[in-house]
Amino acid sequence: MKEKLFIAALILAAVAGFYVFTHSHSHSGIAAVKDHPLAPDFTLPQLDGQQLRLSSYRGKVVLLDFWATWCVPCREETPHFVELQQKYADHGLQIIGVSMDDGPEPVRSFYQQFHMNYPVAMGNAKTGELYGGVLGLPIAFLIGRDGRIAAKYTGATGAAVFEKAISRLLQTQ
Amino acid sequence: MRTIPQYAKLALMITAFAVMIVASVEAYQATAIPTARLINPDDLVKLLQSSGKEKPLMIQVGSRVLFAQAHIPGSEYIGPASSEAGLQQLRKRVEPLPRTKFIVLYCGCCPWTHCPNVKPADDALRALGFTNVKVLYISDNFGTNWVDKGYPVAKGE
Repeated sequence: MKEKLFIAALILAAVAGFYVFTHSHSHSGIAAVKDHPLAPDFTLPQLDGQQLRLSSYRGKVVLLDFWATWCVPCREETPHFVELQQKYADHGLQIIGVSMDDGPEPVRSFYQQFHMNYPVAMGNAKTGELYGGVLGLPIAFLIGRDGRIAAKYTGATGAAVFEKAISRLLQTQ
Repeated sequence: MRTIPQYAKLALMITAFAVMIVASVEAYQATAIPTARLINPDDLVKLLQSSGKEKPLMIQVGSRVLFAQAHIPGSEYIGPASSEAGLQQLRKRVEPLPRTKFIVLYCGCCPWTHCPNVKPADDALRALGFTNVKVLYISDNFGTNWVDKGYPVAKGE
């Protein structure tokens, strides 16, 4: 019986490994941002109608995530962001989602479904251009307490990668 | 005649099940589009810049916000074809066209292996009987594989 279970587990692991390798390998990019420019400020409407202003979070470490509900890697990242927000909120982390969906309706459903615990604002082309063009999703920017961009993450990025960078940045004052 | 051991049967069943799951997921993804139906960015640019050749109707089936930031000049925004609303818009747009019309679909919202939009759009056009449809192969995203390459770009809606 143990032998059967071992073989079954081996096959499942091989198939899952192949799938993960072919679907997520080599599609993420992390770029240390030179000179750490100030993150461009913006004011965008949140799902509840309140305005979100990025600069009002100065003093916190901010993970600014450009995403969309229909974007598969974005969907995969969301539960990790929820966990990170919960784990590091008291240390000064604030995750902010900027949805690039065409309208807020699917975003509201998604917000409930994924029990999101951080603010989500509706993005626009102007905001995308402020950040050098958001022409692929997801794209995330890690911003230090001083409001300067520390790193840019393009494409699906592992939770461990985010956590390592966030915990390091949280230690700075 | 030798009989197949029980554990081997079990292994075969699990493999078949796992392959079915992967295949069913793949069926909705861009990776399931045959290579013959793809067109590379470089080839599309050459086609657009050539004289005398039929120019395709180019349709973006991704995000409006991304389209507003950058799109292929002359292309039209339809909406994400992963949604029923997007598919309806697409069907409505192409309905009056001859079925031999040269159409290029593109998205570029996500890496090719994750794009949820181009495959449903391609399927919809095939189902309507269009015979000259190509899908623009964008391996990473529209920014990396089109804008950063210096290919022609337009802004606005």
